[in-house]
Amino acid sequence: MLQVQGLTKIFGGLKAVDNASLEVGEGRIVALIGPNGAGKTTLFACIAGFHPVNAGRVSFLGQDITGLPVHQIARRGMVRTFQITQPFAKLSVHETIAVGAYQRFPDRREAWAHAERVAQQVGMGAMLDQPAADLTVAGRKRLELARTLATGPKLLLLDEVMAGLNPSEIVEIVEIVRRIRASGVTVLLIEHVMQAVMSLSEHIYVLSYGRIIADGAPREVVNDPAVIEAYLGRGAAEGMAAHPGAPTQEAAHA
Amino acid sequence: MDATILLAAAINGLLIGGIYTLVASGLTLIYGVLHIINFAHGSMLMLAMFGVFFLLNKAGVDPYAALLVMVPAMFALGYLLYRGIIGRFSSGKDENILLITLGLSILIENLALMFFKGDTRTISVAYSDKMVELGPLLVSLPKIISFVAAMVLCGVLGLWMQRSDTGKAIRAVAKERMGARLVGIDVDRVFAVSYGIGLATLGAAACLLMPIFYVSPTIGHVFVIVAFTVVVLGGMGSFLGAVVGGLLVGLTESFGGLFLGESLGQIGISLIFILILLLRPSGLFGGSR
Amino acid sequence: MSAPTARQAWLLHGSLLAVALVFPFVFSSSFAVNFGVMALFYAFIGQSWNIAGGFAGQLSFGHVVFFGAGAYASTILQMRFGFSPWLGLPASALAGALVGWVIAFLSFRAGLKGSYFALITLAFAEVLRIVANSVEITGGGLGMLIPAKRSAANFQFPERIGFYFLILALTVASIAVAVWLKHSRFGAQLAAIRENEDAARALGIDVYTEKVKVMILSGAMCGVGGCFFAQYFLYIDPIIVFGVDKSVEMLLVSMIGGAGTVYGPLIGAVLLAGISDATRALTDVQGLSLVLYGTLLVVIIAFLPNGLIDLFQRWGRRRRHPAEKGGA
Repeated sequence: MLQVQGLTKIFGGLKAVDNASLEVGEGRIVALIGPNGAGKTTLFACIAGFHPVNAGRVSFLGQDITGLPVHQIARRGMVRTFQITQPFAKLSVHETIAVGAYQRFPDRREAWAHAERVAQQVGMGAMLDQPAADLTVAGRKRLELARTLATGPKLLLLDEVMAGLNPSEIVEIVEIVRRIRASGVTVLLIEHVMQAVMSLSEHIYVLSYGRIIADGAPREVVNDPAVIEAYLGRGAAEGMAAHPGAPTQEAAHA
Repeated sequence: MDATILLAAAINGLLIGGIYTLVASGLTLIYGVLHIINFAHGSMLMLAMFGVFFLLNKAGVDPYAALLVMVPAMFALGYLLYRGIIGRFSSGKDENILLITLGLSILIENLALMFFKGDTRTISVAYSDKMVELGPLLVSLPKIISFVAAMVLCGVLGLWMQRSDTGKAIRAVAKERMGARLVGIDVDRVFAVSYGIGLATLGAAACLLMPIFYVSPTIGHVFVIVAFTVVVLGGMGSFLGAVVGGLLVGLTESFGGLFLGESLGQIGISLIFILILLLRPSGLFGGSR
Repeated sequence: MSAPTARQAWLLHGSLLAVALVFPFVFSSSFAVNFGVMALFYAFIGQSWNIAGGFAGQLSFGHVVFFGAGAYASTILQMRFGFSPWLGLPASALAGALVGWVIAFLSFRAGLKGSYFALITLAFAEVLRIVANSVEITGGGLGMLIPAKRSAANFQFPERIGFYFLILALTVASIAVAVWLKHSRFGAQLAAIRENEDAARALGIDVYTEKVKVMILSGAMCGVGGCFFAQYFLYIDPIIVFGVDKSVEMLLVSMIGGAGTVYGPLIGAVLLAGISDATRALTDVQGLSLVLYGTLLVVIIAFLPNGLIDLFQRWGRRRRHPAEKGGA
């Protein structure tokens, strides 16, 4: 479904993303992880068309979308959420989700009905008339998820939807993401909450200093020395190998 | 076209341009530090110019001498305006502040209309009609005095910004607001002082303009476009830009009038404004902001 | 917080329309009918500003540029080319739409928004004012006088009440457009653009195209206002129809009444016309009404940023939910 090849993004001399390549197969849930500042959100932004790339290609559904305007990429079925939420402050929850729904249903009645369904799907059915500005951070993240979901996407790019959630909320969202995938949507997500990453994803890419340093099934990646070092510092891998037993669990909650 | 006529137009353009620089420097300072587009700039200048007018006609104060009164008076007005009204909303949406300064400009302009009526006023002093010979040209003396004074004041302001503690504080806040706060700079006071200085430059410009121009309650509109064009041309927040921009705009106005006639000639400034915004919004010397 | 039901909304539309229809018969003095015309006129052009500035969030400080384009287009067609004055209505709409398209195309392609967009519209208005002041076909600084030939066929109603009903029809149409925006996909997209362009884009909205569309619509409406103005006053000149004053008035009635709402401009316009007529009746002093208005703008932005209509909305909410304290 999505193929990124050799993507490089430079900001004034700094390589935020360095020759990154990844692939997301249809119907899968793939995670992109890495320490803070690794360039994950920048990579997302480049894929979704928010930044022009310095090198590389992005192809979606078999077609080259590198350099296409953001809204055209969105219309083809790839939509993203934002790490720092970008709400429609003065609109209500229902109106916000409807904006997304309108992309799929031009008719007002259908769009509003669909928006209500999506709201129920993410557990916001009771808050339809609340102004978006009144929501908590967790609520806003959920709203952003709902609004993107309402567009009827094929590929959903989720940027830290779990950030700031308490454990029970995390469990809820994990369930919601699973159901989203079950309904036929492919998911690529950036996450720090390892519990969610491990339970959801089938394939993980690890980004560090703009480079993909590892990829594979969750179990492998988490035990990869290069990954451990990226998170815990040089020598951490050896240190952990010297003291087996405890570390693997800790690495999983990095 | 006669070389002398061209030269005269160039000289006159530069001379008035110097004053435009002074007017624009206040605007660019306010923008650079507070990130506010001070739409009230034109009507404040008009107010100051009426101040100079009345100082002469009621108290016999020479417009140039009035600098000593107008500059501190306008500074105080700016400081108080910021503290009282503008400061409360400068943290909100960009557009809110623009609307508030718009509201202020409407208020001031129409108050002037109420009290001073719509007629244009000019002043007349002993040296109003004196001319100076510059090679083949005869140039108006007040224009030269005003130009020199404007450039000196700009220079003084520039030096003060570089050397004085307050000036450094202002530049610090302009560059990095949060960082300045963290090192203990009273940012709110800096904002008020900056707005005060912004209006003080208008006080000075008013003194320099009255001998060579006229005032009426609606004159603010003209200066708003001029000032904004200078600032956008030179680059928002750039002091050097205000100097270069001011002179260029003065020249444009002068040559515009020469080649296109009185009426159409004014179009040059607005066209520059539009072109810069469309093609190079950061201006000649503007930074990343 | 719950919205009024559709039935309540239609009740509101209906009763306001009824009042407006009856008004000139109940208050039939020349003064009153003129007040009605001016209030509706400002409501109409205010709504044109509101569509771009309030609904779509594209504040313009130079909206008069569309107004003047319409006024001159219709007057020139009539006076220089001898066309029927009624042709001025579609001509002015076209002129306004064209200017809207040009300004939008140039400004939005260059990525201008917020304050920069507001300022560039001011500059465009200034350019057109200077052009109108300098070319022959517009009569230059002297302006254009439309000779009085009172007849409906000549778009100069012999009774003022004719103008009243025309502007009422136009205002009703503008309100219908606003209502449509509130309930349509286009309007929802504009609201999204107003609130957060990046987010709107990320959902698939072609932000640039929608912004251009709204400027064309707003420009067309405003242009028609210019045509009406020319026929009502029978004289236009560059300062009247391209000067800053009208831009300010359009902005004021919308912001004070309530930007982005259907009836905001009407509320603001009734207030403006009222204050204007009252101050003129009470005193000779020029500028008083705008002093009051400027103050009102500052006060509203400071304390009631959603406009005066917010007061009505809060009252409405309290009536529907008496149990709640003070509404949402």
